[in-house]
Amino acid sequence: MITSAIIPRPLARLPWRLIFLVAAIAGFGLVVLYSAAGGSVQPWAMKQGIIFLFFLGVAIGMSWVSEATIKSVAFPLYAVTLIMLIGVEALGFVSKGAQRWLDIGPIRLQPSEFMKPAIVLTLARFYELVPPGEIRRPRAIWPAAVLLGVPAFLILVQPDLGTCIMVVLCGVTVMFLAGLPLWIFIGPAALAAIAAPIAYNMMHGYQRKRIDVFLDPESDPLGAGYHIAQSKIAIGSGGIWGKGFLHGSQSHLDYLPEGHTDFVFATMAEEWGLVGGVLLIVAFGLVIHWGMKVSANSRTRFGQLAAAGLSATIFFYVSINLMMVMGLAPVVGVPLPLVSFGGSAVMTVMLCLGLLMALERQQRSKTSLA
Amino acid sequence: MKPVRITSTHQSITFSRRMLLLGGAQIGIGGLLVGRLGWLAIAQNERYQLLSESNRVQLIPVPPRRGWIIDRYGKPIAINRASFRVDIIPQQLEKGRDVVPEVAKLLQLDEEEVARIRSELAQSQGFHPVQVGENVTYDQYASVTVRLPDLPGVQATRGYSRYYPDGPAVAHLVGYVGSANAKEYEAEDKNPLLLIPGFKIGKQGLEKTLEPYLRGTPGGQRVEVTARGKLVKELDPKPDRSGETVQLTIDEGLQQYAARRMGDQSGALVAIDVANGDMLASVSMPAFDPNSFSEGIGRTEWKMLSENDHIPLLNKVAQGLYPSGSTIKPAMALGFLKQGLDPNRKFHCSGGVQIGNRYFRDDAAHGTVDMRSAIAHSCNAYFWSMGLQTDPQKTTEMVNYLGYGEEFDLPIPSQRFGTMPSPEWLEKKYHREWQGYDTANTSIGQGYVLINPMQLAVMPARLASGKLIQPRLLMGGPRKPIPDLSVDPEHLKIIREGMTAVVNGAGTAVASKLPLDGIQMAGKTGTAQVHKLISRGHQANWNLRDHALFIAFAPADKPRYAIGCIIEHGGFGASAAAPIVRDTMTYLFDKQKAFAALAPLEEQWGGTLAERNARQLAEFKAASRATQA
Repeated sequence: MITSAIIPRPLARLPWRLIFLVAAIAGFGLVVLYSAAGGSVQPWAMKQGIIFLFFLGVAIGMSWVSEATIKSVAFPLYAVTLIMLIGVEALGFVSKGAQRWLDIGPIRLQPSEFMKPAIVLTLARFYELVPPGEIRRPRAIWPAAVLLGVPAFLILVQPDLGTCIMVVLCGVTVMFLAGLPLWIFIGPAALAAIAAPIAYNMMHGYQRKRIDVFLDPESDPLGAGYHIAQSKIAIGSGGIWGKGFLHGSQSHLDYLPEGHTDFVFATMAEEWGLVGGVLLIVAFGLVIHWGMKVSANSRTRFGQLAAAGLSATIFFYVSINLMMVMGLAPVVGVPLPLVSFGGSAVMTVMLCLGLLMALERQQRSKTSLA
Repeated sequence: MKPVRITSTHQSITFSRRMLLLGGAQIGIGGLLVGRLGWLAIAQNERYQLLSESNRVQLIPVPPRRGWIIDRYGKPIAINRASFRVDIIPQQLEKGRDVVPEVAKLLQLDEEEVARIRSELAQSQGFHPVQVGENVTYDQYASVTVRLPDLPGVQATRGYSRYYPDGPAVAHLVGYVGSANAKEYEAEDKNPLLLIPGFKIGKQGLEKTLEPYLRGTPGGQRVEVTARGKLVKELDPKPDRSGETVQLTIDEGLQQYAARRMGDQSGALVAIDVANGDMLASVSMPAFDPNSFSEGIGRTEWKMLSENDHIPLLNKVAQGLYPSGSTIKPAMALGFLKQGLDPNRKFHCSGGVQIGNRYFRDDAAHGTVDMRSAIAHSCNAYFWSMGLQTDPQKTTEMVNYLGYGEEFDLPIPSQRFGTMPSPEWLEKKYHREWQGYDTANTSIGQGYVLINPMQLAVMPARLASGKLIQPRLLMGGPRKPIPDLSVDPEHLKIIREGMTAVVNGAGTAVASKLPLDGIQMAGKTGTAQVHKLISRGHQANWNLRDHALFIAFAPADKPRYAIGCIIEHGGFGASAAAPIVRDTMTYLFDKQKAFAALAPLEEQWGGTLAERNARQLAEFKAASRATQA
C-alpha cells in the first residue's frame, strides 16, 4: 500500500506489492516466451502480454467488488459453470469427439477453468451456511461431496485429468479447512496407498508401462518418457547460471516438446539456470503467501475459506506443473500460470487474484472504519 | 465416542491449526521443488549437459579418400576419380509416388538396372540408401539435381570412385572395392562409416589385405540439428585423413605388357627381381575389369565371367595349382649334385627306363647326355635313372628348398601353395613307402607335385641369384638381409649352364632366344600332363591339353630378372609359355622391341585387351538377349 499525497487515493489503496510481483512473474514469462519463439515476440509473447494486461485490468476492477456480492454470485456462478460443463459434454457427444470448450462468438470458453474458482467459492459459501455444530455430521459432508464430485467427473470424462485433479484438490482444501473430520481425508489417502501396489499388480502390461515410464522416464526416452526426459535434460543442462538468454539448445532445436506451454519452466531453467528457477518459485511463493495471509486476516468464515481456497488454486497450479516438469509427477497437462502461453490459465489465476484483492480490500476498509 | 459440541470458537481454532498445516505442507512442497531443481541443475548437471550436447550436435561422417596404390616407379595402379552418384533413401520416399522410372529415364538406365533397384528397394530398410547410379556423367547429375524438389527420396551427391587405369591387367593383383555387405558391417561392430552411400571397402586382392592402410580415418561434419533432423548450422568440422598411399614392387608397365602378351589364353605369369625378391609383375589372365566391379557389376557381365571356362574370376597366381612338369629338373639336378653326382657322367638315353614292372617311356631317344644336356633337352630318362640312384628324400628336399611347395608371406588373401612330395611326406599323408615310380613321377614334376605360379618364379630367381630370396610385394616392407643358398656355387653354375643351353644351345626353347645383343635368357620348359597320357601333341579338346610352363632368368651370365609362367592347356611349354616369357623379358631390357613383337599378335587377335574385352561383353549381352527372346 503506497500512501502519498500525489497519488489519488483509490490507486494508492491497491495492493501494489502484489501487482508488482504478479507483473514481474508475467514479465519474466514474456521474456521466456520471446526466447522460446527463437527471439521473437511472435507468435506468443505479444499475444500473451495483451492477454495478461487485459486480465490484470479485470482483476484490479474486481477488487472493488464487495464480499457480499461475491457471496451472492457463488452459487449462481457454480450453476452456470456446471451447465456449461454439461453443455460441452453434450456437444462432444453430438460431434462424436472430445471437446473441452464452448465457442461463443469470438471467445472460446473453457468451462472447466471457471470451475476452479467456482468450486472454491461454492464450498466456502456452503460451509459458511453450515452451523458450527453440524460440521461433523454427514449432512455437512455429502452435499459438498456432490458439489465437488459432479463437476470433477464431468471434467474427468472430457478427458482432462490435469484440471480434474486441480478441481478436486481445490475443493478438498476448502473442505479440509472447513473443519471436516480428519478421517475423511486420511482414510481415502491411506486406502489409496494400500491399493496402489495391488492395482499395479493387476494392471495390463501397457498400463503398467506408463507407470514405469513415469517412475523412470529414461527407460523409454523416445516414447512415453520423451517429454519428461527432454525436460530434465533442459533443466539439468542449465546448471546454476543457465546457458544464457536465447541460448537454450533444447528448446530452440525443438528437443523439448511443449516448450512454450506446459514445459515452459524447462525452457526458462535451461536459459536462466537454477537462479532463475529459484527466483520464480520464490515469487510464486510470495504470491501464495500473500493470499494465505488474506485468508488468515479474514474475519468472515466465507472470506477465510474462499481466500485460502483461491490461494490453494494458484499453489496447485504451480506445484503440479513444476513437479511434472521436473519428473516428480506424471505428465497431466497443467500449465505454469502467468508463464505458460495460453489465455485460460492466465484468466483463472487473475480471476483468483481479483477475488483475493477484493477480499483484502474489504478487510482494510473494515479496519479503517473501526 | 462422546459427541463434542462444536462452537464457532472451536471452528476458528481448527481453521487456524489447519491453515498452519496447509501452509507447512505448501512450504514443504516448495522446498521439495527447489531441492529437486538443485539436484537436477547442480548434482546432475554434468550428465544432462552431455545429453543436451548429444541432442544438439550430430556427427555426419565424412568418408576419407582411399589411399592410392602405386607401382615401384610411382605410376598409379589404383586411384580415385571425382564422380557423381545418385541414390534413393527409402525412408524419404513418398507413398504412392514412384520415382524410379523418372530417375531411370534421366540416367538412361537399362531394364536390368531398374530391376536391381526395385529388388534392392524392396529389401532395404529405412535410411540405408539404395544406389541408383554411380559414376554418372556430369550432365546426368545436373539433370537429376535440378529436379530434386520433384523427386522426394532421391539424392544426388559428388564423391570419389576407385579407378584402375590398367583395368583387367591388375584385376587379380589389386582386387576391387565394393560397398560393405551385412556381414562385413557386423564384423566391424556396425561401423556407421560403412553405411555411407558410395563408401567402398576392399573386397579382393590387395584392396582387401591393405584395407587398414588404404582406408584412412573418417572426418566428421559436426552439425547442429533440430529434433526433426533439420540442419540448423554447421559447426567446425573434424577433418578426415586420407588413406595412405601404398607402393608396390610391381612395375606397372611390365604388368600391363605381360597381361596383353598373354592374349586370350588362360594362365599366370610372375616376374621377380632376383636381387631382392621384388615382384615386378603378377598377372593372372583372363581377368575381369575391376572398374566395373567397383561400380557394382551388372548381372550379365557377372554371368559372362562366371561361365567362362578360362575362369577369369580366379586369381591363378594366388590360387592356381599345377603340376610343375619338367621345370622341376634344374632343382632336381642341383639335388643330385649335392649328393655327389658327377655332372659330367654320361648317360645313354634309349627312349625310356624300366622301373619295377613298368617301362617309362621318354618323348624321344636323346642318345648320350650329361647333366647339362639332359636339362637342355629335358631328357626324362636321365632324371628317372639318376633319381633312382640318389636319395629321393634329399633330392625332394632340395626342390622344396628352392621354392616348390613353399609358403610365402605375402599380402594376398587365400593363397594356395601346393605340394612338394617327399618320402617322409608320403609316409605321413598316405602311410606308404616311397617307390621307384614315385621318384620317376616326381623327377618330371608329375604325380603329387603341385606348384603355384609364384613358386614358378621364385625357383629360377633363387637358382639365378644363389640367394634364398623371398617374394615381396610392398615397397615399404622391411628389407631383411637375404641369406645365400646353402649350395656349392660351382653346382649352381652347372645348373645355370644347363638352363642357358635350353634357350641358347640346342635345347627345347631355342625358338625363344631374346632378340637382344649380348643378353641371353636361361630357362627351362615344362609340359604338365593334365589328362592321362594318350598321345602327346595336339589335342582337340582344349581342357584336356597339357599345361605349358616356362621358368627363366636373364641375363644368363649376370641374372637380374626371373620369370615363371604357366599357360593352362597351352600344349608344349616351349611353344606356348616360352615365347610369352621371352617377350616379357625383352620388355625389361628393350620396351620398343617388346611392343614391336606384340603389335602383330594383337592385330591377329583382334585388338588390344581392352578392345577385345569390350567386344566380348557386347557379344555375350547380345547372345543372352537372343536366348531369352
